[in-house]
Amino acid sequence: MADKPTFYDVFRQRGVSRRDFLGFCALTATYLGLGPNGAASVAHAMQTKPRIPVVWLHGLECTCCSESFLRSGHPLVSDIVMSMISLDYDDTIMAAAGDQAEEILHDIIRDYRGAFILAVEGNVPLANDGMACIVGGRPFKKKFEETARHAKAIISWGTCATSGCVQAAKPNPTRATPIHKLVDRVPVINVPGCPPIAEVMTGVISYILTYDRLPELDNRLRPKLFYSQRVHDKCYRRAHFDAGQFVENWDDEGAKQGWCLYKMGCRGPTTYNACATIGWNENTSSPIRSGHGCIGCSEDGFWDRGPFYERLPDMQQWGIESNADKVAAAGAAGLGTAVAVQLGATAIKRVMKRGDKPDASATQEEKETQA
Amino acid sequence: MKHYIPYHQLPEGGIPPPVTIYGPGVRWWHWINGLLVLVLCVTGYFIGVPPPSALGDPSSLYIMGWIRFLHLASGYLFALLAIARLWLTFVEKGISHHLFVPAIWRAEWFDGFMRQIRWNLLINDQPKRYVGLNPLGGIAMLLMYVLPGFIIIVTGFAMYAEVTGHDSWQYALFGWVTTIFGNTMDLHVIHRLAMWVMAGFVCIHVYIAVREDVMSRQTMISSMLSGERQYRR
Ligand code: HEM
Ligand code: SF4
Repeated sequence: MADKPTFYDVFRQRGVSRRDFLGFCALTATYLGLGPNGAASVAHAMQTKPRIPVVWLHGLECTCCSESFLRSGHPLVSDIVMSMISLDYDDTIMAAAGDQAEEILHDIIRDYRGAFILAVEGNVPLANDGMACIVGGRPFKKKFEETARHAKAIISWGTCATSGCVQAAKPNPTRATPIHKLVDRVPVINVPGCPPIAEVMTGVISYILTYDRLPELDNRLRPKLFYSQRVHDKCYRRAHFDAGQFVENWDDEGAKQGWCLYKMGCRGPTTYNACATIGWNENTSSPIRSGHGCIGCSEDGFWDRGPFYERLPDMQQWGIESNADKVAAAGAAGLGTAVAVQLGATAIKRVMKRGDKPDASATQEEKETQA
Repeated sequence: MKHYIPYHQLPEGGIPPPVTIYGPGVRWWHWINGLLVLVLCVTGYFIGVPPPSALGDPSSLYIMGWIRFLHLASGYLFALLAIARLWLTFVEKGISHHLFVPAIWRAEWFDGFMRQIRWNLLINDQPKRYVGLNPLGGIAMLLMYVLPGFIIIVTGFAMYAEVTGHDSWQYALFGWVTTIFGNTMDLHVIHRLAMWVMAGFVCIHVYIAVREDVMSRQTMISSMLSGERQYRR
């Protein structure tokens, strides 16, 4: 690998000054929470390790992950990370097109077999041989399989890739299937969100590129760095939750006061993401800060856990309009009826029996009642 | 009590002598546990569907905080009591095992089960007197209390692991539950449905206990207080 250029070599070739480079290292170290000496170790890694190419494939998706990524908070970060990636293959932002582009992909697979990072945005529809997603005249399924096999690791960008998102919502007509279910030997790292936060994306990719290893993952393959806490845990409206102060209508006093959005269906208590800490668009805002509850976009199957504006999700098993409490109410009505019928029938039976045969042939029980 | 007492039916005539079926452990467990279930159902209901908003400064209000504290504290006790109840099955014999292992393979038990159904459908005029747990009631307890109770404890601690975080012992022990479901919203829904099943059980349980006490020629409520089943004509 000695002949392969380092990251630093590439940055210099692309006109990034040493000053900017060190600035980038400092920022990256901060995002990753590496402490005061982190910047130096990032810089060291970038100057000594051969550059790891990144191939970025687009499957069944809406490109919102790329859009988010392009808006990384700090221009330095986005410039540098983008230049690292655009060197290789990303069909929406690379300069090359057509055959030329496909050739680059082949070259990377040939030259960096088992040594490149595959980033996948979107998922793979398996139904009808993958006909629901055609890229470059062929099903995306084929392209993905050919590339994934040779990757060193796979980053699944966004909820599409990690759990299917809207195209996998019931009844999932194209059998859109998340990436980690399609590979077995290549390690996968899930970066969910619709889209994921830009800083989370650059943070993850910088970590992998600088350290040449995956960050620590949780049981659903998400980097603990960014996904180990719920939105609810760090929400700035949490004091109102604990106090029991809730927005009950979009135009009520509570909404004006910025009370907790739990009753308006906020999914913060079941959503693991960094929105409450990193925020969106250079920390300008976040869904909850703008007065709208969290919809849980980084959680598995969040489209099937609606309605977004109600706390209890629908239970489609019992019909679209029912939820746990409505099912219970139906059960309670049934129970109440059964008890009423039994009590009524018991009473009627007793009265009738008493009328029928009030003599020696009565049962013990009746004798007792009569006694 | 030194021995397990199997389910058996009693002869029709006469007044059989009283039998001690419950030890003090099971009786204390029953009433404390009942209180906890009540607290858990009420606080749990409000966790999912909170009461109307309180007015005032959040620095001096802690309504959801207390509701959740009460729920989580009684949740721990409920789980500990469940373990204690399992343990009592082995140390305090009597009929304490009927709750977990109804003797469905025994003809006498099955006969009692069918009789109990007919009695409740008002087909039989005469309730059978027996030693042991009401077989129909026992099945209801297994399916509508023990099973949902187990589900509630597992999903409850899995949700608790969300609060305490990925490095907690709750997560180490119950994190696998979140892995099964993926979206932890499902845990809330299952926990809540199990609550409704259990609440339904509590209603039936109280109603039937009173009804049987009045109509079945044997004590029910006082048996859970004194440990003795007494019979009358
Ligand atoms: C009879 C037993 C119990 C009943 C009836 C019950 C009921 C409930 C209900 C209805 C909810 C609200 C669910 C929702 O809509 O989000 C809830 C929440 C919860 N329960 Fe229980 N529960 C019981 C036992 C337990 C136990 C044993 C634990 C374990 C410690 C537990 C821990 C929790 C937790 C952590 C929550 C979520 C709190 C939150 O979201 O802030 N529960 N429970
Ligand atoms: S707004 Fe949502 S995340 Fe914030 S405290 Fe309320 S429920 Fe939790």
